[in-house]
Amino acid sequence: MGVTRREFLLISGAMGAGLALSTLGVDMLPVVAYAEGLGKIDKVKSAKETYSLCYHCAVTCGLVCSTDTKTGKVFNIEGDPDNPINEGSLCAKGAASFQMSARNEHRLTRVLYRKPGGDKWEVKTWDWALTRIARNIKAVRDKEFITRNAKGQVVNRVEALSHMGSSKLDNEECWMITTAMRALGLVYLDHQARVCHGPSVASLAESLGRGSMTNHPIDIGNSDCVIVMGGNAAEAHPITFKWAMRAKDKGAKIIHVDPRFTRTSAMADHHAFLRAGTDIAFVGGMIKYILDNNKYFEEYVRNYTNASCILDEKFSFKDGLFAGYDPVTRKYDKSTWVFKLDANGVPEKDPTFQNPRCVLQMMKAHYARYDLEKVSSITGTPVEDLKTIYEVYSSTGVKDKAGVILYALGWTQHTVGVQNIRSFTIVQLLLGNIGIAGGGVAALRGQPNVQGSTDQAILTHILPGYLKTPVASLSTLDEYLAKNTPKTKEPQSANWYQNTPKYMVSILKTWFGDKATKDNGFAYSYLPKIDDGQDTTLLDMVDKMYAGQIKGFTCVGQNPACSNPNAGKTRKALANLDWMVHINIFDNETASFWKGPGMDPKKVKTEVFLLPAAAQMEKAGSMSNTGRWLQWKYVAEKPPGDALAMGDILYRLVLKLKDLYKKEKGTFADPILDLQWNYADAKGMYDSTAVAKAMNGYFLEDVTVGDKSFKKGECVPGFSYLQADGKTSCGIWIHCGSFTQDGTNLIARRKKDDPTGLGLYPEWAWAWPMNRRILYNRASVDENGQPWDPKRAVLKWVDGKWVGDIPDGPWPPLADKEKGKLPFIMKPDGVASLFGPGLVDGPFPEHYEPLESPLSKSLISAQLSSPVVRIFTADTDKIAGADPNYPCVCTTYSCTEHWCTGADTRWQSWLTEAMPQAYVEISREFAELRGIKNGEKVKVESVRGKVECVAMVTSRLRPLKVGGEILHQVGITYNYGWLFPKDCGDSANLLTPTAGDPNTGTPEYRAFMVNVTKV
Amino acid sequence: MASGKSIMVDTSRCTACRGCQIACKQWNELPGTKTKQIGTYQNPPDVSAETWKIVRFSEGLKENGKPYWYFFSEQCRHCLEPPCVDAIKGYATDGAVKDEKTGAVLFKPSSKAAPLDEVRTACPYNIPRQDPKTKVFAKCTMCIDRISNNRLPSCVLSCPTNALMFGDRDLIVEMVKKRVEELKKTYPKAKALNPDEVRVIYIVTDDPKKYHEFAVA
Repeated sequence: MGVTRREFLLISGAMGAGLALSTLGVDMLPVVAYAEGLGKIDKVKSAKETYSLCYHCAVTCGLVCSTDTKTGKVFNIEGDPDNPINEGSLCAKGAASFQMSARNEHRLTRVLYRKPGGDKWEVKTWDWALTRIARNIKAVRDKEFITRNAKGQVVNRVEALSHMGSSKLDNEECWMITTAMRALGLVYLDHQARVCHGPSVASLAESLGRGSMTNHPIDIGNSDCVIVMGGNAAEAHPITFKWAMRAKDKGAKIIHVDPRFTRTSAMADHHAFLRAGTDIAFVGGMIKYILDNNKYFEEYVRNYTNASCILDEKFSFKDGLFAGYDPVTRKYDKSTWVFKLDANGVPEKDPTFQNPRCVLQMMKAHYARYDLEKVSSITGTPVEDLKTIYEVYSSTGVKDKAGVILYALGWTQHTVGVQNIRSFTIVQLLLGNIGIAGGGVAALRGQPNVQGSTDQAILTHILPGYLKTPVASLSTLDEYLAKNTPKTKEPQSANWYQNTPKYMVSILKTWFGDKATKDNGFAYSYLPKIDDGQDTTLLDMVDKMYAGQIKGFTCVGQNPACSNPNAGKTRKALANLDWMVHINIFDNETASFWKGPGMDPKKVKTEVFLLPAAAQMEKAGSMSNTGRWLQWKYVAEKPPGDALAMGDILYRLVLKLKDLYKKEKGTFADPILDLQWNYADAKGMYDSTAVAKAMNGYFLEDVTVGDKSFKKGECVPGFSYLQADGKTSCGIWIHCGSFTQDGTNLIARRKKDDPTGLGLYPEWAWAWPMNRRILYNRASVDENGQPWDPKRAVLKWVDGKWVGDIPDGPWPPLADKEKGKLPFIMKPDGVASLFGPGLVDGPFPEHYEPLESPLSKSLISAQLSSPVVRIFTADTDKIAGADPNYPCVCTTYSCTEHWCTGADTRWQSWLTEAMPQAYVEISREFAELRGIKNGEKVKVESVRGKVECVAMVTSRLRPLKVGGEILHQVGITYNYGWLFPKDCGDSANLLTPTAGDPNTGTPEYRAFMVNVTKV
Repeated sequence: MASGKSIMVDTSRCTACRGCQIACKQWNELPGTKTKQIGTYQNPPDVSAETWKIVRFSEGLKENGKPYWYFFSEQCRHCLEPPCVDAIKGYATDGAVKDEKTGAVLFKPSSKAAPLDEVRTACPYNIPRQDPKTKVFAKCTMCIDRISNNRLPSCVLSCPTNALMFGDRDLIVEMVKKRVEELKKTYPKAKALNPDEVRVIYIVTDDPKKYHEFAVA
C-alpha cells in the first residue's frame, strides 16, 4: 500500500513518542456508499493540494487547501499535518478557514463606491476607481504638501493624507505599502501593531536589543514552567498552548495570572486573580522575592546584564518619580539616567554587587517597597497565591531549569504597557531565562502577519528593519547616520547596529535605484521627516482626523471604527474626511461607517471607496509568525469576482500616480517618479517573489567581501555582505539571507530535520535574522561556550566552532578576550538592560494606576497614574477615575472563536454559531448586588459610551479586596460590531479611553471604569 | 477485546478551543445555525442534525474555593453494542448499521421511519437526532469516509493538545488505562467512562455529572 504523508497516524509527545497506532488499511466499505461525505473524500484524493497559512493569530498555522481540478474552486481546508508548528491541528478560527474562502457568500467581489451624501453602494470598475483615487491623492498631496516646517527645516511631508493597515497582509504587500506611503510623503502611517504589540517592540528592544518574541511557539514545549500573564494563550493563541501542554506532559508547571479564570486558567496548575492594570505591582513583588531570596542566576546576571554597572550619583527615585521630572512639560530630563564611566568611557562596574549604586542594589532598593501585603493590597491577589507563584516560578533560576513567560495584549494595552513587559523581562534576566531553550519572553502576537507588518514598518516611527524614521533636525543622510549609528567603548561588545549605514543606504537603493547616488545622499531628501518630538501615531492620526485636518485616508484590512479606543470618536472622525479608501475581504463597520448608528448618510460628506481584496489562499507570498518564522503560501484559487490581491491594487495605484505626476507634474514629484516599482510579472500582475527578492536585496555591482566574490544581479545571501556605498540594495536588512545567492527562496522550505531535538527545524521555512531560531542564544552558554544545560543545548562551542542553532553572531565565546563577544549584540554595551534608560517613563518599572482607576490615591506612591502618560483633550476624550457612577473595573479581551473586532469572523456562520452575541462577564456577587440574572440583557456604560449585551454571570470572576475595600471587576469582549450579524451588539471599544503609553502611544484598552445595570 | 477503531477524549487535556466542533462542520459540510448568547460559552446548546460535535462547558467551585471549568467535547460514543441501531432496526431493518471493520455506528436514510423519542431514549448518552425536515437520523460518523481512507477523523486532526486521539481500539484502550493511572496521581477521581462499552472513551478527573448530565451511562 502506498504510504503518503497522512497515512501514518503518529502519536507524538507524551503519549509514547512515535507510537504508531497502525495504518488504518480499511477497505472501502459498503455502508459508506450512503454517506454524504463519500463524494468529498474522493474529491479530496483527486484534488490539487495547496499549502496556505491561517489568517488569524500570529502562530500562523499551516493549512492545506483542496482545489477541485475541474472547477478550480477550493472545497476543503484543513490543518497541514506536516507543518511542525501546528501538526495539522487548528483552533475554532483556523478550522473555519474554509469560510474565509470565496465560497462564503459575504465576500466582497465588486468595487464599491459611495458618493458624498449617498445612501448606497454603487458598483464601479477598477479603472474608474483607481483613477479617481489617484486623482484624490494627488489633489490633497499637491495642495497640502509641507516642504518646510515652522522652524524652516526641510521636511517634505504631507499630513493631510493618512494610512492604516495591515497586519493581515503578506510581507511583500506590507513592504510595498511602507514603500509607496513614504514616497508619497506620509507620516500619519500606522497600523494594528500600534494598538496591539507596539509596547513589545519598544520594551524588548530596550531590554534585549530586538523587539520581537525571543523564541518561537514550538520551543514552549521545552519549558519547565510556563507562566501566562497579560494574556490568555489557550484562547487567544490556542496552538501555542499545544506546546504549553506538551511541556506539561513532560512535567512542566503552568501558571496563569489574570483578572479572570479563563480556558488558560482551567489548564493551569496555579491560577491567581489580579486587578486589571496592576501587573507591575505583581511582578515587582516577584523581583523582590528573587532578590531577597537569592534566587537569581548569579553568573548569568553578572556577565550578561548591566547589573554590575554603577549608576550616576544624581540618579534617584523618590515617591513615584525618577530624577529629572518636569511637571510642566510632563516629561523627564533623562541626563542623570546614565552609568558612571571610567577613563576609557566604559561603564564602571562592581562584579561583586557590593556597591550600593550598582544596578542590582539600586533595583533591590527600588522593589523593597513591593512586599507581599503591599502587592496584595494593590492587586487584590491573596498573599498565599503570590507566595506560591513567586516560589514556583523563581525555581527556574538555575542552570538546568527553563521558564517562559507568555503574554499578549493584556500587558501591552496599558498606559504602562512597555513597563509591564519590562518588569517580567527583568525577571527572566535575573533567572537566566533569556537565550535558552524553553525560556524567553514570548510576546504572542495576535495578527497573522503582525510580526511582518511591524518588521516592514507600516509604522510612523520606524523604517523597515527597525531603522529610525528621519526627523527634521537630521537634514542629510550623514547627519541621520551620525545620530542613529550607536557607538561603544565596551571592548567585547559587537554593537551590531554599527552597521546601520549599510542597511539604510541599501533601503534607499531599493527604493530609488539609480536615482539614489552618493552625491545626493542616496536620495535621503526624498523621505518625509517628522518634527523632532512630533507625535504621529494612530491615536494622533484619529485626533487630527477628528479635528478635520486629515482629508484623505486609506485603510486596509483594519476596522478602526470598532478597534480603536473610544470608537465613537473614530466614527465621528471618519465623517470629517473628504474621502476614504477601504480595502478588505468583507465589509465592516469602518467601510460602512456612514450608515452606522447615529449617522445620517445624507449628511456624511466623506466619499468612500470599498475595494475587494484577495484572501490568503488566493495569493502567494510570505507571512512571519510570532516567532519570526517566515513561511510561504501559494495560490489555491483565484480571488472571487473582481477581487484582487492588495499587492495588485497598490501596484496599479502607484502606476496611476506615476502616470499622473509624469503627465501633469505636481508638488515634489521626484520621489514618486523615481520610485522603483518593477514588481509585476510579464502579464502585469503583482509578483510577490519579485518583491521578496527586492526585500532580500541584490548586488548592484560585482562585489568582493572578504574572500567571497559576488556578481552584479545576484541575491545578497546575508546582511553581513550589505554595503554602505550603494553597491547593494536591500529593502529590509533583517530579511537579507532569505534568498540564496542564486535566488533560491529559503522561506518556501519544508524539510523537517531537527538535529538539536529542540524543535528548531532549521530547514523548515526561514527565520530572521539569518535563520536564527532562538535569539540571544549566545547567552545560553557560559563564557567558554558550554551550554548551561547540556540536555537543552541550543549552542555549544566544539573544536573551534558553534554547533546547534545559528549563533547570534559568529564570534568565539566570551572567554576569548580578543575575538569573543558579549551575547546581547544589538545593545551597544553588549549586555541586557536590567536598568533601561532608553524609555521615557523610567529605567525601572514602577506601579502606576491606569489613567482611569478606581482609586483616587495610589497605594504605593504619591503618583496616581504614570506622570508622563499620553493624554488627549478632544471633547470626546473624557476620563472618570474614582467616580461612583462608574464603580467597576472593566477589562476587554477576545475569545477564541472570533478574531479582533470580528470583522472577518462575524461573517462566518460556524463561528457566529459558536459565539453569537456580545456578552459581559460578571461575578455572582456583583450580579446579586445588581439583581442581574445569567443571560439577561444589561447595559455597560463608561463616561465615553455605552453598549448593551448579555450578562454572563460566572464564578470565574470574583470581587477583589483592594486597599481594604471590596472592588468588582467585569470583562467584555471586543469581538462585535453593529454591521453583522444584525443582533450581535456593538463594539466594546465605545467604552474604552483614549490614553496612550508614553513610549508608544498604545491605548489602554485593558483597564478602565464602567457601570453595569439591567436594561 | 473488540477490534476496530476507537477515540480517546481526554478532558484533562481539552482547552475547549473548539477546533473539533468547527472541523466537524467543515468536513461534513454542516451549516452554522442561528444561536443566541444565553450566558454561556457553550453554543450551539446541544447536538443536533446539524451539529454532531459540541464542546460542553460547565463551571463551579472546587472544595478549596477555586473555580473549575470543565470541557466535554461531545460526540457519539459509537457503542460496541449500539442500542440506537436496535431501536432503528425495529422500524427500518437497514436504517442503522455498525460498520464491521471500524465499529463506527452509522445511520442511513431509511432511518427516517423510526420515531425520535424511542431512538433518543434508547441511547444512554442522548446523542441521536433527527433532521426536522427529512426525519433522517444524524450524528457523528467517526468520519467513516476519512478513516476508511487512512485519514484521521476531522475532529482528531484538528485537536491541538492530543485531547482527542484515534487509532486501533486495543491501542487506544491501553492508552486510556495508562493515562488514567497517570492522572490518578493528581486527581484521585480520574477515570475512564464506560470504557468497555463504547469506542469513544472519555477520561474525566472529577465526577462525570459535573461535566455533563449524559457523560456516563
